[in-house]
Amino acid sequence: MVQFRSVTKSFGGSSPAVLDVSFHLRKGEFAFLTGASGAGKTTILKLVHMLHRPSSGEVRVSRYSSSRIKRRDLPDLRRRVGYIFQDFRLLENLTAEENIAFALQVTGTAKAKIAPRVRKLLNQVGLAARAQAFPRELSGGEQQRVAVARALANEPLVLLADEPTGNLDERASSGVFELFRRINASGTSVLMATHDAELLRRHRNVRVIELEEGRLVFDSAGDPVA
Amino acid sequence: MRSLREALSGIRRAPALTVLSVMAIGLSVFSIGLFALTAHNIDVALSDVEGRVEVVAYLRDDASEELIEIARHEIESYPEVESARYVSKVEALYEASRELTEFSDVYSDLEVNPLPASLEIALRPDFRTPVDVETVADRVTSYHFVEEARYGREWVDRIYSLRRVAGGAAVILGLSFAFGAALLIGIAVRMSVLARAREIAVMQTVGATDGYIRRPFLIEGLMTGLGGGLLALALTFVTYQAVERTLVSLAWLPDLWTAAGLAFAGILGMLAAGRAVRRELRRLDVY
Ligand SMILES: Nc1ncnc2c1ncn2[C@@H]1O[C@H](COP(=O)(O)OP(=O)(O)OP(=O)(O)O)[C@@H](O)[C@H]1O
Ligand SMILES: [Mg+2]
Repeated sequence: MVQFRSVTKSFGGSSPAVLDVSFHLRKGEFAFLTGASGAGKTTILKLVHMLHRPSSGEVRVSRYSSSRIKRRDLPDLRRRVGYIFQDFRLLENLTAEENIAFALQVTGTAKAKIAPRVRKLLNQVGLAARAQAFPRELSGGEQQRVAVARALANEPLVLLADEPTGNLDERASSGVFELFRRINASGTSVLMATHDAELLRRHRNVRVIELEEGRLVFDSAGDPVA
Repeated sequence: MRSLREALSGIRRAPALTVLSVMAIGLSVFSIGLFALTAHNIDVALSDVEGRVEVVAYLRDDASEELIEIARHEIESYPEVESARYVSKVEALYEASRELTEFSDVYSDLEVNPLPASLEIALRPDFRTPVDVETVADRVTSYHFVEEARYGREWVDRIYSLRRVAGGAAVILGLSFAFGAALLIGIAVRMSVLARAREIAVMQTVGATDGYIRRPFLIEGLMTGLGGGLLALALTFVTYQAVERTLVSLAWLPDLWTAAGLAFAGILGMLAAGRAVRRELRRLDVY
């Protein structure tokens, strides 16, 4: 589903942000991507989303390869890969439900299908009661859920989440995690970047991919090049 | 609908820049419009003249009417000639006094008619070239009672070359304004893109196509362009009326030309916007 083959990404600084990283996230798999601040977690997620081009190596996502993909294929790739940004990136002038509907409108979903789909997504993330609220009227955890619903709008095969529990207390944090588990249970692969050590400790059965200064230093699934 | 709404909000965001862009496109198309007006009126005048491209053979006063009639028949049988009309001295005087009414008093006071009789020879459409005109003029001159043959082809050619020079100047002027207009529209669109950068980033993230993202900006460019086109149309029309009232009577442009001018302005605006937004989108996305 998502495959990294000796991927290096350098931004021109002294050391690359990601160095010779290989791993394979299979269909329906759940994995934590962990490492200290600056280790390269966000860079990896952006490589999957093809917001960055690898300096060397290859990133494969579904049927697309970073070395062959054309610009006109990006929209399709992005619909297959839901991305939840560290800062959510909700549109301030739209309500929760409009933010979710936006993802459907701009990808050409038929008008009649949008409202029921938005309602279903809001239920899925447990936000039906706050549908009419603007982002500034929502708590961090609630904004996070809007971002999750938006990322799920086009039924992606993979969900990427960048520090989704970053600013949340433990209760809210495990709530978000449980949400991702449910999403994963319905068949969507999940790659979740986090440096929440507590979260990792509580879920020892989940695969962990660990980065250190851009290198992959640990993968609990072993067999990195698969 | 969405595109239209967002295009309007783009224009509202930077009204001064939009006004400048409209003016630049307006000036560009106006300079073309002025040329078109000139060219069209030259065309009207020329087609008038061309329809009558003729060789006028002035006859000696002592030529006999029978000989002239025989010659007229012969000339009409030339392959180049459509018709040959005899204009007597009296008719010449009458026509002159009718065309130049200011001098009608002078004519009626004349003791002797100074105008010669003539044969007005009209050429067939295919033979209205300088060479054919000259051939016919030469042949006609060989009649001993023909004093002189005149034809106006030379100044027709001169007007044509004048029209080409004016056209060149207008195109250069129009293009430089168009270039400035494209730059301004580019800046306006880039500002709209920047103002909506967040929204565009989200659109790209969730998988909107470039075409979808681009559409409101194209419409913004199209409207700016059409605004400029209308401005140019108004300026050209005002000029037309001013000239018409004070100098000479003019023909207004054919509808097809004004429509083409408006379309040109709209397309110019849209292309400039499209170029700018494409560049911005490529900057935001690496592939
Ligand atoms: N667009 C960029 N241009 C230049 N350098 C970058 C860019 N993005 C990331 N970097 C650098 O790459 C390295 C890895 O950054 P990255 O954001 O992937 O780390 P991270 O693991 O997500 O950190 P955090 O936990 O703080 O979010 C850092 O040194 C960062 O400064
Ligand atoms: Mg990060």
